[in-house]
Amino acid sequence: MHELSIAMSIVELAEEEADRRGIQVNAVHLKLGALSGVVKEALLSCYEMACEGTLLQGSRLLVEHVPVVIFCPSCRAQRPLSSMQLFCCSECGTPCSEIVQGKELEVVALETQECVPNPV
Amino acid sequence: MRPEPRLIEVRKNVLKQNDVVARSLRDHFHAAGVFVVSLVSSPGSGKTAFLEKTLTLLRKNYRVAALVGDLATENDALRLARSQAPVKQITTGTLCHLEAAMVQNALEDWDLNQLDFLFIENVGNLVCPSSYDLGEDLRLVLISVTEGEDKPLKYPTIFNSADVAIVTKVDLAEAVEFSWQTAYANIRAVRPGMPVLQLSAKTGEGMEEYLRFLAGSLTSVRPVAAV
Repeated sequence: MHELSIAMSIVELAEEEADRRGIQVNAVHLKLGALSGVVKEALLSCYEMACEGTLLQGSRLLVEHVPVVIFCPSCRAQRPLSSMQLFCCSECGTPCSEIVQGKELEVVALETQECVPNPV
Repeated sequence: MRPEPRLIEVRKNVLKQNDVVARSLRDHFHAAGVFVVSLVSSPGSGKTAFLEKTLTLLRKNYRVAALVGDLATENDALRLARSQAPVKQITTGTLCHLEAAMVQNALEDWDLNQLDFLFIENVGNLVCPSSYDLGEDLRLVLISVTEGEDKPLKYPTIFNSADVAIVTKVDLAEAVEFSWQTAYANIRAVRPGMPVLQLSAKTGEGMEEYLRFLAGSLTSVRPVAAV
């Protein structure tokens, strides 16, 4: 269970960005790959704890799940992985070891609130 | 005025800090010509016995040392010290994995130029270590025959972060009715093409092939190695 330290890294990273840009963060958008080694539910439950007493307190963590995509050397094409227990092409069955996507653990955006004039 | 949400693009790797340290470690290792091997496995798979044997045999021809991560005790470091190779313990407390900065701190007073091989034994855990690059050249994932054949299917992530699978305790294979066919099929299902070595630290079976493999790997960081 290393999700708390991951959550703390996310908060630290977001705080740094928020401070640099002078914004207040309401939500952090995160891309989480199926092969990142991080469990979404555990991360979410740790996030609130990690935010306590920081600029991020009260913010939300919005997690976008990134499925695994592999490259099939036979089809010469990218294919979605249909099972984490079987790394092979969903079309032709060739074993595939090249992972194109799915290891992401990335803060993609910060959501802030901006005041705009009311429509007349 | 009414508040309206606005998205500000950031695009930053959460483990950026670890990756930066790992990259600098790797550069440092390569400059010193030391080949770094890390070991991951579940608790009780025989990492320490395997490493003790590795250090004992390898130090006949090479300069070797080890860092060992452990939650609380110094037992592993004491066992490894019997090999007479330099060994340092990294006590992680409640932390379930090693991070690059811990390796960096542990190496502060070591002269890497005096080494051919450095081994890093991670904390026994098949989940958390997969996220952290330690700057190693080679990551070995160990599974013992006593754990059963399905570990790769349960932990595909760690198998995809490792380079070579080592099946340990093969002297017990028959007693526990270990199916080699199933084990190989499972490893290759989650990581097609992954090299697999089988050995027993106790009887020494398979150690020779493994040591040859390591010796060959050394040339990747030191093309003219002639020790």
